[in-house]
Amino acid sequence: MSAEPIMRVRDLEKHFPIRGGVLQRQVGTVRAVDGVSFDVPRGETLGLVGESGCGKSTTARLLLRLLEPTAGSIDFDGREIARLGGRDLKHLRREMQMIFQDPFSSLNPRKTVGSIISDPFAIHGLHTGKGERREAVQDLMDRVGLNPEHYNRYPHQFSGGQRQRIGVARAIALRPKLIVADEPVSALDVSIQAQVLNLLRELQRDLGLTLIFIAHDLSVVRHMCDRIAVMYLGRIYELATSEQLYAHPRMPYTGALMSAVPVPNPRLAASKRRQVLAGDVPSPSNPPPGCRFHTRCWKAQQICRTESPELTVKEGGNLAACHFPLSDAEVLERVPTARGVKD
Amino acid sequence: MTATSAVKPPLLEVEDLRVHFETDDGTVRAVDGISYTLERGQTLGIVGESGSGKSVSSLTVMGLTRSRNARISGSVRFDGKELLSASDDEIRSIRGDDVAMIFQDPLSSLHPFYKVGWQIAEAVRAHREVSKAQAWDRAVEMLGLVGMPEPRRRADSYPHEFSGGMRQRAMIAMALANDPKLLIADEPTTALDVTVQAQILELIERLQREFDTAVVVITHDLGVVAEMADEIAVMYAGRIVERASADTIFTAPQHPYTWGLLSSIPRLDTPRDEQLVPIPGRPPSLIQLPTGCSFHPRCPYVQEAHRRIDPQLQPVAGERDHVVACLLEQDVRRRLWRELQSGAAPSAAREDVIEGDAA
Repeated sequence: MSAEPIMRVRDLEKHFPIRGGVLQRQVGTVRAVDGVSFDVPRGETLGLVGESGCGKSTTARLLLRLLEPTAGSIDFDGREIARLGGRDLKHLRREMQMIFQDPFSSLNPRKTVGSIISDPFAIHGLHTGKGERREAVQDLMDRVGLNPEHYNRYPHQFSGGQRQRIGVARAIALRPKLIVADEPVSALDVSIQAQVLNLLRELQRDLGLTLIFIAHDLSVVRHMCDRIAVMYLGRIYELATSEQLYAHPRMPYTGALMSAVPVPNPRLAASKRRQVLAGDVPSPSNPPPGCRFHTRCWKAQQICRTESPELTVKEGGNLAACHFPLSDAEVLERVPTARGVKD
Repeated sequence: MTATSAVKPPLLEVEDLRVHFETDDGTVRAVDGISYTLERGQTLGIVGESGSGKSVSSLTVMGLTRSRNARISGSVRFDGKELLSASDDEIRSIRGDDVAMIFQDPLSSLHPFYKVGWQIAEAVRAHREVSKAQAWDRAVEMLGLVGMPEPRRRADSYPHEFSGGMRQRAMIAMALANDPKLLIADEPTTALDVTVQAQILELIERLQREFDTAVVVITHDLGVVAEMADEIAVMYAGRIVERASADTIFTAPQHPYTWGLLSSIPRLDTPRDEQLVPIPGRPPSLIQLPTGCSFHPRCPYVQEAHRRIDPQLQPVAGERDHVVACLLEQDVRRRLWRELQSGAAPSAAREDVIEGDAA
């Protein structure tokens, strides 16, 4: 473990009520995030992966305090933020920002790019002189690879990739310590995607940012992240460095995710035994007992149905919550790319 | 056209297909002269970015771009029969029967008011003389075939009661209900989780083995075509710029755009810290295509002549079934690809080419 963590998350929970009937009484609970603990080392990138509905986006919104946690603690830079409100929360927003997935709906179409990027300054009363603010915005535009002369243009005059750069400029405007990027490139064409990924890495290096990166594309996650948490039904089931996770996933779920990634290499693709998971993710309002993955796991035995496994260190250093972790041989058979990434 | 006596014609023959749309802003050259053939049981992958014309070309094969402002020319022969000149009724009798299509967004292809089983049964009854009960049974059978749990109960559900992966499977069940000879899959797995994607790809492969269906898969995901396709066509700005076997496209590609695509994606089979090399700029407007080679404004190896001369698809000497539309000399392309693979940056190679040009 390298740097001092900038964020420590302990037993974080977020439950949403399900209401029904005429009186809108609570008839159930969606356990979107159900007891999640991890550290985010300063200056590193932490990836959150898992299928839709696993709670990764909810976790990200809790960390930014866009949602109020049901229980648990979030220590950010030495301060407990899980229960902050009002003015303290506003102050916190200066230090953490978000980049959204859809560059089309996350920018106000009626505002010029200059005013979108300078909004954070206006909200926090920074760079109050008009010329000064404009200069600051143009610096930001230059920094993210936009032409500063396009200050007065509207979002529709930009392409998808350029709009995502606008979102990035807005996010770094206040020099935050932490940025959460939720699927930042999944709406972009492949050639543009690489431009935005390179920009994020460059900014992270230059500004010493800590990044929490959510994506469903596991190749992109590996490229961007130092450390990765694999979530399933509101819990973390594996946590490891990128190298460890891709060379020897221990949790069968992680193995299945990696086996499912299509490899742009016809020879490798032909050699692999694709591990196909049957069925869908069970409902988070009624998660299975024991290990939540047991209903889809091919290694599940009796104990998996009754006892919930704890995150413990497995062979190779991965933290995984599993009674019957994968052996190296099982990994290689299903994930041919694991061979290449053993470094 | 060509006489077809003893030899069976290829299942699908597309020849110099052009689809232009007249709009207020000018003519959109969505598809600008593409040709390919597809044999029974084979899979063709068409890759390209948004606006490369990959979807429009396939919609045209299905007769779905017939509108007043569309100018369609060329030839599309299915099982030897010309489709472009076929009447709407003729097209309708083929579409959904011999040729079926699955789309990216299953929600917009399923009617929200009707039960899923009913919608599949209707697809059967449109082409077969069967009773309602028989058609319903067929719908249930198809849902079971695509791996839907409890198909009989699920047939009785509405699309909104399904998850994304289940809807996609329902749509595939509908497309395959009449045992089509050709399946066109337009971004069949793009909106899905990798786990569901794996299920769908596995399903298409299995059905293809069982029924000898030919598949055209259209996607921007190079991983998906690597796993599915026998042959790959790379499209850029309405044209095919390179076409070869899947293996060749990934091991010995010859077009700078194909190189750009391959080096801009992070991949699991290379070291993690490998630098991504994006393609500079963005795809051109189909209304105002660049002069000469349409890729020239983004090409790191552009030379003066490339701005004037429009390259045609040419066979690559010494290779079977590999065509490429690039003005660089073949030896130069081979050398550039070797250099890129050994880690050279395109910019360095570029100086080299330009120097060579000057000399």
